[in-house]
Amino acid sequence: MNNILVLPMALPVLAGIILIFFRKHIKIQRGISLGVMLINIGISIYLLNRIQEEGILRLDFGGWEPPFGILFVADSFSIILVLTTSIVAAICLLYAFSSIGKAHENMFFYSFVSFLIAGVNGSFLTGDLFNLYVNFEVMLLASYVLVALGGKKVQLRESIKYVVINVLSSWFFLIAIAYLYGSIGTLNMAHISERIAESGQTPLLTGISMVFLTVFALKSGLLLYYWLPGSYSTPPTAVAALFGALLTKVGIYAIIRVFTLFFYHEPEFTHTIIGILAGITLIGGSIGAVAFKDIRQIVSYNVVIGVGFILVGLAVGTQAALEGSIYYLMHDMIVKALLFLLAGTMIKVAGSANMDEMSGLIRNYPLFGWIFFIVMISLSGIPPLSGFIGKVLIGQGAVETGSYLLLALAFISSIVVLYSLLRIFLNCFWGETMISFEDEIPMKKGWIIPCVLLAIATIALGLGAEALAPYVSDAANTLINPDVYIDAVLYDK
Amino acid sequence: MKINNVILKTVTKVVIYIILTLAVYLFLAGHNSPGGGFIGGLVLSTAFVLLFIVYDIETIQKALPFDFKKVAALGAFLAVGTGFGSFVFDVPFLTQAFGYFNLPFFGEVELTTVTIFELGVALVVVGVVVTIILSISEDV
Amino acid sequence: METLITILAGVLVTVATYLLLSKSVIRVILGTAILSHAAHLMIMTMGGLKEGEVPLIGKDHGPYVDALPQALILTSIVIGFAVTALSLVLAYRTYQETGTDTLDELRGNKHE
Repeated sequence: MNNILVLPMALPVLAGIILIFFRKHIKIQRGISLGVMLINIGISIYLLNRIQEEGILRLDFGGWEPPFGILFVADSFSIILVLTTSIVAAICLLYAFSSIGKAHENMFFYSFVSFLIAGVNGSFLTGDLFNLYVNFEVMLLASYVLVALGGKKVQLRESIKYVVINVLSSWFFLIAIAYLYGSIGTLNMAHISERIAESGQTPLLTGISMVFLTVFALKSGLLLYYWLPGSYSTPPTAVAALFGALLTKVGIYAIIRVFTLFFYHEPEFTHTIIGILAGITLIGGSIGAVAFKDIRQIVSYNVVIGVGFILVGLAVGTQAALEGSIYYLMHDMIVKALLFLLAGTMIKVAGSANMDEMSGLIRNYPLFGWIFFIVMISLSGIPPLSGFIGKVLIGQGAVETGSYLLLALAFISSIVVLYSLLRIFLNCFWGETMISFEDEIPMKKGWIIPCVLLAIATIALGLGAEALAPYVSDAANTLINPDVYIDAVLYDK
Repeated sequence: MKINNVILKTVTKVVIYIILTLAVYLFLAGHNSPGGGFIGGLVLSTAFVLLFIVYDIETIQKALPFDFKKVAALGAFLAVGTGFGSFVFDVPFLTQAFGYFNLPFFGEVELTTVTIFELGVALVVVGVVVTIILSISEDV
Repeated sequence: METLITILAGVLVTVATYLLLSKSVIRVILGTAILSHAAHLMIMTMGGLKEGEVPLIGKDHGPYVDALPQALILTSIVIGFAVTALSLVLAYRTYQETGTDTLDELRGNKHE
């Protein structure tokens, strides 16, 4: 019995519900929500090790055997993402404790964060396409509320656009599911894969795959990222960090899953299109990252660049490149969360989001400045930090298959990332200090500790890449050989 | 603003019982026929909404002193909680159990654990619908 | 029958697109609601129409229609209901806060 598989999703849901009863007891709310995230970290480490011994695990809801029932499937790829999600969520919650404010905490903030995490974990774990849609919606509903919570003018304005664009993309998701069900007649992911392999990937199916690509591109910000900077720069820092770290990654996970499990028969067409989209995303994100003076906008465009980079790995599609994508996904979740936390804290202490109105912050907050430095070199991929290993592996894959244009775009974008962050570093941290020591807003422990923890995580991921290698290569192996997944789900092997 | 709408009020007093009965019927029918928690809950909440429209909000809130957010949370707790029962009995998550019982007056009935789940769903629907209606109507 | 329902779904999508492109927030929300109904019709058509009996235990004997699309539609109706309700509340709060429901005026300006 693998009932433990459902816990990463069910525990946050249950916690979120229980928290509604403790509206006035903020300490209890904090304790429960943080506790659930920590338990999830433990569960996912346990599951990750069990998968190495026993192979892919699955849980059939209500005892309905696949392909008839809904099921959760845990392979290394999904559990690695669940683990990273839990770590990032726990640390973002720590930051929220001292920054989010009483008004939010009284308005069920922790409940909605729990629901958000439940949706994210559920999306990673599910083995049923329609269930993926449902989990996406759970996550999105929570995120709609979190964007609007607080009710400031700008927030409400951006939240309407965010809701409409996501409702539209969910609609495309439904249509894509309807088409696929009409032509294949099943919704179990392993079963879909098997049937597509039997019937061959006809042009009709390739067309359907493009509808799926549109949906997930909208959700992950691949080329269709125009909605992203606006909605990610208005909510409170802790929420923005969660969004920047997690939401686009769910879209990326779905793209990788769909195009390695279902539609992997025509890579000349589908993967080329993904490659082109990734390339354009890298260019567009790079332009955005250097074009603005508002640091929130710069940071948001850095998310876009990350999306493009990870999908270069999928477009290349070799084992090395996919391993690189997985490493980079983990790295990106951790570092983007850190980047958003740092940007939010900078705005809080400097009282402005404009680069020109900040300077010399490192004199007031030395530790803070050095953490920003670590993020910067980690994002640009300097060893021994976590960005390095992902970039090397994706680069290796791109060289093996001769995709030099993508390789060039990916690595030039790294330089742009470095430039855009260096610009912030030079403008805001160096130079004459503008905050006199009397006016200095003291750096709260609750602000700096989460940042330190995430900085440690990025260093640890860089140094511990070797220790993670067996898990990551197992994950990439399952992605390269869909038969492993199908056998585990349908034939109990 | 108070409108004295005698006809509407009188009709409501009768109709409300019909709606409530229909809601309970739909809820219980839902096991093997059309109906169920969601639909039953929606009909139930239309009864509440009708009350809120015909009488004013304060009167009804005195008569129904629930925090509807908590009703929704209680429902969700029930629904998810039934899933956690599976951990106790060591069966897959969300497995349903059912049996036939001889109850006095009703005769032999089929009782299932799904009904608890459906009750949870119904409460969630009532709670959410009424919360939304109240949050829009409160400050007009 | 399938052709008719597909055309009906197409009409709904047309109406919804028209509403989505209008400038009033409330029309946009109505547009999304109609859009989701078009998707539901689509799912139903994909499962095949009028191919068997109502899929209820103990009602009829003989081949039943595919019950899965109906389950999908019910789930998706519930989700659509939640999203529409939430966006209505959101639109209302935005109207309260900004005093406008025109998307042009909600665009915002650079300096704030």
